[in-house]
Amino acid sequence: MSARTAPPPSRERFGTAPTGSPGRRIGRALLGTAPIFVILAALLVWITIENPNFTDPPLFLLFLRRAAPLMVLAAGQLFVILAGEFDLSVGALITLVVIVAARLIDGEPERTWPVIALLLLFGLVVGLVNGLITTRLHVPSFITTLGMLLILDGATSYWTGGSPRGELPENFRQWGRLGIEDVPVLGQLPYAVFAVLIFGSIAVLILHFTAYGKQVYATGGNPRAAFLSGVNVSAVRTAAFVLSATSAVIAGILLGGFTGVSPDAGQGREFQAISAVVLGGAVLGGGRGAVVPAMAGALTLEAIFTLLNILGLESPLQYVVQGVIIIVAVAFAAFRQRTAR
Amino acid sequence: MSVSSQPAETSPRNANERPVLTMRGITKTFPGVTALASVDLDAWPGEVHALVGENGAGKSTLMKVLAGVYQPDQGEVRLDGERVRFHHPREAQERGVSIIHQEFNLLPARTVAQNIFLGREPRRAGLVDQRAMERATAEILARLGVERSISPRALIDRLSIAQRQTVEIAKALSFDARILVMDEPTAALSPHEVEALFARVRALQKRGIALLYVSHRLEEVIAITQRVTVLKDGERVDTVPTAETTPDRLIAMMVGRDLDHYYPERSERTGVPMLEIRSGGNDRLRDIDLTVHRGEIVGIGGLEGAGRTELARAIFGVEPFTHGTMTLASRPVRITSPRQAIRAGIGFLTEDRKGEGLVLIQTIRDNALLAFRSARRTTRLRQALGDEARKVDLRAASLDQEVRLLSGGNQQKVVLMKWLSTRAELLIFDEPTRGIDIGAKAGIYDLMRELAGNGAAILMISSELPEVIGLSDRIVVMRDGAIAGELPGGSDEATIMTLATGERDALVAGSAA
Amino acid sequence: MSVVTASDRTLPARWAGLPSSGTWAIYGVLLLVLAVSWTLILATGGNINLTNTLVRSVALGIVAVGQTFVILGGSLDLSVAYQVSVTAITASVVMDGRPDRVWLGVLAVLGVGVAIGLANGLIITVLHVNAFIATLGMSLILRGGLNAGFDNFAGAVPREFEWFGYGDAGPVPYSVLVLIALVVAGWFVLRFTRFGHHLYAVGESEDTARLSGVRSARVIIGAHVLCSLTAVLTGLFIVSRLRAGAPWVGPDGNYDLESIAAVVLGGTALAGGRGGVLGTFAGVVILALLDNAFNQLEVNAFLKDVVRGVIIIAAVALYAFRQRDPIR
Repeated sequence: MSARTAPPPSRERFGTAPTGSPGRRIGRALLGTAPIFVILAALLVWITIENPNFTDPPLFLLFLRRAAPLMVLAAGQLFVILAGEFDLSVGALITLVVIVAARLIDGEPERTWPVIALLLLFGLVVGLVNGLITTRLHVPSFITTLGMLLILDGATSYWTGGSPRGELPENFRQWGRLGIEDVPVLGQLPYAVFAVLIFGSIAVLILHFTAYGKQVYATGGNPRAAFLSGVNVSAVRTAAFVLSATSAVIAGILLGGFTGVSPDAGQGREFQAISAVVLGGAVLGGGRGAVVPAMAGALTLEAIFTLLNILGLESPLQYVVQGVIIIVAVAFAAFRQRTAR
Repeated sequence: MSVSSQPAETSPRNANERPVLTMRGITKTFPGVTALASVDLDAWPGEVHALVGENGAGKSTLMKVLAGVYQPDQGEVRLDGERVRFHHPREAQERGVSIIHQEFNLLPARTVAQNIFLGREPRRAGLVDQRAMERATAEILARLGVERSISPRALIDRLSIAQRQTVEIAKALSFDARILVMDEPTAALSPHEVEALFARVRALQKRGIALLYVSHRLEEVIAITQRVTVLKDGERVDTVPTAETTPDRLIAMMVGRDLDHYYPERSERTGVPMLEIRSGGNDRLRDIDLTVHRGEIVGIGGLEGAGRTELARAIFGVEPFTHGTMTLASRPVRITSPRQAIRAGIGFLTEDRKGEGLVLIQTIRDNALLAFRSARRTTRLRQALGDEARKVDLRAASLDQEVRLLSGGNQQKVVLMKWLSTRAELLIFDEPTRGIDIGAKAGIYDLMRELAGNGAAILMISSELPEVIGLSDRIVVMRDGAIAGELPGGSDEATIMTLATGERDALVAGSAA
Repeated sequence: MSVVTASDRTLPARWAGLPSSGTWAIYGVLLLVLAVSWTLILATGGNINLTNTLVRSVALGIVAVGQTFVILGGSLDLSVAYQVSVTAITASVVMDGRPDRVWLGVLAVLGVGVAIGLANGLIITVLHVNAFIATLGMSLILRGGLNAGFDNFAGAVPREFEWFGYGDAGPVPYSVLVLIALVVAGWFVLRFTRFGHHLYAVGESEDTARLSGVRSARVIIGAHVLCSLTAVLTGLFIVSRLRAGAPWVGPDGNYDLESIAAVVLGGTALAGGRGGVLGTFAGVVILALLDNAFNQLEVNAFLKDVVRGVIIIAAVALYAFRQRDPIR
């Protein structure tokens, strides 16, 4: 029947020109159709009304700096969600990064870079293990990464004996706290914002401009069809877990600088990341979503927290608002999908 | 072909009986499309009534109206003369109207009894009375004569497709069905199983049940039904006694024109060998010796379970050969994954289009380029698809349309585009026209022939013998995981069936020579 | 052609209704864990206290029974941890140390449980929100509400109410009896009521269930209400042991993720439709035995989490191995 809903177009159409301008196509792929940008804009306007200084470049950049870890994390989690999986282990990985960095570096600036390299390598291993267990042993990723969460949390506490030791030197903490100073108009340009831009650009590049990106969508949309079309479904999924774990290591480095050494640096971050991705219009189960809206979802969450702070609402109520908003956003998306047919 | 003015009530019965079902003036519209326009249909007790028409002609909509899935916009449904309006399939079932969909409504992890009584489990003292449930199930299974092969406590998981269908029939009987709709009941059955089904249908008929038989397979319609109603574009073209019609006439009514050359001409010459398998085998296949030349279409015949799909999957590396040798274009190859197969120039159109062929929520473009991007050693992400789209005669508003919005025939064309874009030289078609309407079928046959003409080698698996016979240059018949013999194109059905069932091995040598 | 399955042939008719082979397997693992940990403990000069072990599994066990119901129905509940806290605080504030208000406290928390379960179920079925997001959102809402109102122990339960946490009938504590009774009741409901049959059906295929006239929304809502009621029971057990409720009792016990872990460890498919509460019980006891063994052997407590993680993954990998699909 659907054949008759759309009248058959003339056959020449495919011969003369590709349909849809490439520009518009790329734009749609990048931004998706999520209403998240409208929500984000409304929130930013509201914050500005409450606090007119908010749009001052330095203040706004501080806001971005605070949001940076979650934005990076959301971009990483997106790949996993798109491929039809979950990654619940990122929060525990963030905590591990902060605590292990403090203990290993222990205030010695010259150790910073080797330790960062080591942590990135460790993230790679965690992602690989998550991916291989999920794809080779056919364990649902919810369980794989839940197990990994327990393992990482346990290992971190075991290693430090329960209370974090050591300290982070300035050249580690600068990534989360400092920036390029004395930039005209902006004042300080935080390194964290750079990190977001770089990681976000890489994510956009990978997802929307490589064959791998297309395979992530295909894997999440229909793994059997993808496999029979030559997609190495296991490798695609495993790579998604690696990207997610890498994003967690970067987020951990930023958070370590921003908030310092704390045993609950990453607590609950996995759920925040998933919330952000879902706010950005991605569908749990795979196949739909995009990088920029997912990062906008993370920014929206931070904007909500900022707004509630300005409004003087007690911080616990932030959770309530966050809870309500993710339910409403997903309910709205589900409603749109039902009525779109 | 104009809509007939002949009243639908013409019946093969005497005057004191009356139809168990009458549908009058059924009209159903969906946004932008009229699915049914004032359709009449009736069914008499003990009648097998075929419903035929191209995809989109309105057959399934009409049956869904009957079964309470849809409510008609206009028109009325009467059971035994009493007007009814069903709002849920369960209401229809309770009034004796059951429908067996192509995709069964059974739960694989539950037992036969639990499935049959789902939603109306017998209770005693408020609890589910398992024993009563299983006893009742055993009785119904006995009525169907399958009490020894199907246990009420067997999990659906462990049953064959034919047995699951029998469970669906048992479920309908448990509702005291008076009208039973079967939607493409033979699509996944082997010829043996089809015979068993027909015996069952005749038994149901004797009980006075009216059967509505929806099928694309006109030979079966002729064999088992008493009357045929033809639908086209949501309207009833005619209702005729089966004895007075032929497949050709039915086709003419369905498409509104005569299909003079249904199958394209066979090729005169074939090229060098493209695929050669020697002594290929794995745990499902043995001693496969097969050669497919460039320019030829080789049809694979055989019963369901004879190893046809397994052969395709072995060649494509899904469940690879574990022994034997395989050469592609004279180069020895070992293919252990679809990725390698695609790189070696093989394309595979699976029989389960939606489940294995397409990512429904992605665009035509992304689907058509999926294999190209995944398996070809290339960094090019985009490639113009205009040629491919034109070649398959794709009908879509834009290449950026999501595939789920296309009709079945156009979806199949997108799968074809996928393999055209990889420039596959060996194409394996597994049931290429399953569930595709007759007009689109001819287009796919022409395309297959054209591909062969351009030098591709084509291997085609089909359960429809006329298709195998009409289209293939050579026919390879499989039985029990091995090749039973080879026949020239155009061989008759009886010869193929003899090979497929293994009744007279002597024939093999003679025909293959 | 024969489809009489192995289990059909080997089991006489009267055995119908007994657990499936998967459940027997997990009890085999349970015995193995018991044997190994007991041997190790005896070898190091300690002793194993089974009753103690069971008491340790009560809090998680009760809520895991409820979690089994929602997971069987193809849903899940990430909000049970905070439901436990809400219950503990509500009960202790309402009872306020007065024996005459015990009934009021119990009534109040039952009301809270039904309300939360209904809310979860309605959000999932009526608003079509993915269960993960719906109950994650609910968890955040409860957390915010709790933290806004309380930051320490609040209220108290009367001494009379402590029987649940500390009382025993001869050698067996009441709480263990309650857990066992709940497991048996859960098994019975799944096996012998229409609700149970429909829950399996909805979990396996909501479409098929609906076409068969099963009101799937009601079934899912019912499962969520039952799940919330088990969280309430866990909350009551904890508050009766602690004598007062505090906002952290639920999240500290990690009941959300651990109950899900226990359920899948017990062989219930995360996707729904397959499994049952008997397996969950074994899963819970295995986790408690490990706890016990680690404590007795004086192994660093944090290593316990590592081992847990490994065991959960390994168990699910084994289940997955048993029914593998060639293409995935």
